[in-house]
Amino acid sequence: MFEIIRKKELNPTVTLMEINAPLVAKKAQPGQFIILRVDEEGERIPLTVADYDRENGTVTIIFQVVGATTEKLNHLNEGDCLCDFVGPLGKETETEGLKKVAVVGGGVGCAIAYPIAKKLHEIGCEVHTISGFRNKDLVILEDEFKAVSDKFILTTDDGSAGEKCVVTEPLKRLLDSGEKYDCVITIGPLIMMKFVCLTTKPYGVKTIASMNPIMVDGTGMCGGCRLTVGGKTVFACVDGPDFDGHEIDFDEAMARSSTYKDFERKAHEDTCNLFKKEVK
Amino acid sequence: MANMSLEKNPMPSQDPVERSRNFREVALGYSEEQAIDEAKRCLNCKNKPCVSGCPVKIYIPEFISKVAEGDFEGAYEIISVSSSLPAVCGRVCPQESQCESKCVRGIKGESVAIGRLERFVADWHNQNSKNSARKPSSNGHKVAVIGSGPAGLTCAGDLAKKGYEVTVFEALHLAGGVLVYGIPEFRLPKSIVQKEIEGLKALGVNIQTNVVIGKTITIDELVSEYGFEAVFIGSGAGLPKFMNIPGENLKGVYSANEFLTRINLMKAYKEDGNTPIQRGKKVAVVGGGNVAMDAARCARRLGAEVTIVYRRTEKELPARLEEVEHAKEEGIVFKLLSSPLSIKDNGEGWVGSMVCQAMKLSEPDDGGRARPVPIEGETFEIETDAVIMALGTSPNPLIKSTTEGLETQKWGGIVADESGLTSRVGIYAGGDAVTGAATVILAMGAGKTSAAAIDEYIKNKNNN
Repeated sequence: MFEIIRKKELNPTVTLMEINAPLVAKKAQPGQFIILRVDEEGERIPLTVADYDRENGTVTIIFQVVGATTEKLNHLNEGDCLCDFVGPLGKETETEGLKKVAVVGGGVGCAIAYPIAKKLHEIGCEVHTISGFRNKDLVILEDEFKAVSDKFILTTDDGSAGEKCVVTEPLKRLLDSGEKYDCVITIGPLIMMKFVCLTTKPYGVKTIASMNPIMVDGTGMCGGCRLTVGGKTVFACVDGPDFDGHEIDFDEAMARSSTYKDFERKAHEDTCNLFKKEVK
Repeated sequence: MANMSLEKNPMPSQDPVERSRNFREVALGYSEEQAIDEAKRCLNCKNKPCVSGCPVKIYIPEFISKVAEGDFEGAYEIISVSSSLPAVCGRVCPQESQCESKCVRGIKGESVAIGRLERFVADWHNQNSKNSARKPSSNGHKVAVIGSGPAGLTCAGDLAKKGYEVTVFEALHLAGGVLVYGIPEFRLPKSIVQKEIEGLKALGVNIQTNVVIGKTITIDELVSEYGFEAVFIGSGAGLPKFMNIPGENLKGVYSANEFLTRINLMKAYKEDGNTPIQRGKKVAVVGGGNVAMDAARCARRLGAEVTIVYRRTEKELPARLEEVEHAKEEGIVFKLLSSPLSIKDNGEGWVGSMVCQAMKLSEPDDGGRARPVPIEGETFEIETDAVIMALGTSPNPLIKSTTEGLETQKWGGIVADESGLTSRVGIYAGGDAVTGAATVILAMGAGKTSAAAIDEYIKNKNNN
């Protein structure tokens, strides 16, 4: 069993949990993910590693309440245990040799972008972070990002915090102003990553997107997480989750990610009813 | 006096129409009377041809004569000497091409129903016996087993019986490997697998789930940091193959692995299951092996009209005859000499239909095998809302890529000698990880052989 050591609400829909998982903590690297099950009957869901503490043997996950499983997870408290927690899975984000990088995060994706920004900062890389949210209530990790970024730009869709725009606007501005990045790393909703990649393409800047498709086992066994990258079928769980964003077929990935939309909506409603909570 | 009936006692089974709507076990098993009657068909041949057909060399005539005497626990003890998982093997072994194919009674009439008797004995023991395995005293040596499928469990069981301290590492949240994620409930009830695993635990085998060797811990760390003196790799062949045809990534296209894992391991077939699965109305399964039959029969039980699409003829179907017959009885349609060309969209991103090429068999080549070749210009389209690709699997590269000096074949199989020894001293491998996708019993045979080799290796190492 994997105990929840710390729980913190980052915003009304996003929660941070620090989980006791010494074997995973010992090996985890930014960009890798874990798979968890909340209870005996639960489904397996992948979540990217948000942080790790090798000494204390803990792994931090940050998740948005979007469906039945994350709803149930969010109802657990410090001292409760998760039934299963396995990892670290997938390949780590490649940071070696990078001198100047733009990190573009969207929504809860910023939780995954942060450890990468932090690692880049630690290895002496210049980090420009663009972090986008729907509104000011949903902003997370602002101070943390500022501490590891040489430039930090916050955007919201409604302008209630930072600039009123989507993340691609400041990205384009930076590229136009002559910033030369070794790499742009983007993590967030598929639609955002698609447009980040479209934005950087004309500038010829290498762009890495971190994919989080539907998966079951996370070890290459089910093939449910397959994507088309550069015309070839790849498995996000073992070949990724990071891929060359200019080669990813985002439209296919978006279609595939909606496979269980109806099931998930109903399951979420049922779970909310169980907790006597209004569906958001 | 031997029972000279030319036919086996038939296996009592659930009615085909009834069972095609539920996930309960199809074959119901012999009664004590049927088992004794069937056991009496055995002639107790002196040279025991049946044993030569068994990959783990069960003392077949001996256990059968115990059954004939009505000493079922005695029969169980005899089987247990050679097999760690009799309730499993009695159900899923292809006996017709192994022990039963060598049975003298099969020359004129049907062979003795060895598999059904094995199953009967194991089930009788599980239901009636209070003798539980006891942990032998430890010899102080630690062995790691990677993967808790048939190869790993057998190896672990044999070593534990010899007093080794065995830890089995399993990547998934539940032990059993293909026995729990692949083979469906109606063919192998999960409670039976669970019972066999409990038996191993009683022998002192420690099972660590949620550990991916190659990711969470590497093989070298198992040896250097955790003090394991030998390692057995039984990680199976879990990587699904796809056809690389247009439309294969549409919503509604599954690998058989994904489809079966969702249903068997994650219990997606239950109405209140937490893991979703698409319940297609018309499902096409591509492939002709046992996995294709399993996937087709699962889809049928979820309420679909199911078509199996296979590029050769019925004669070449690699699946067991019994599985093909069961599938037919349950109303599954076989579209033979057909090879998919592309999968078409229904206009909303989901599978709508599959375009197939009509095939014919060529003249047999030098190896005597007829190849399927396209019939020029003959294509057809079948309406379908889900496609399951059951084209075979290959070994997972995770271990190879994280274990220096571990040699593998071009196609990914780990290189091992007859004892299972790999290119690394003290590291053994067996089952699908070495051979590519094969059967439960062959994997068990390999686990058994390696257990003996590991025992030798550790003894010799400590004597020198």
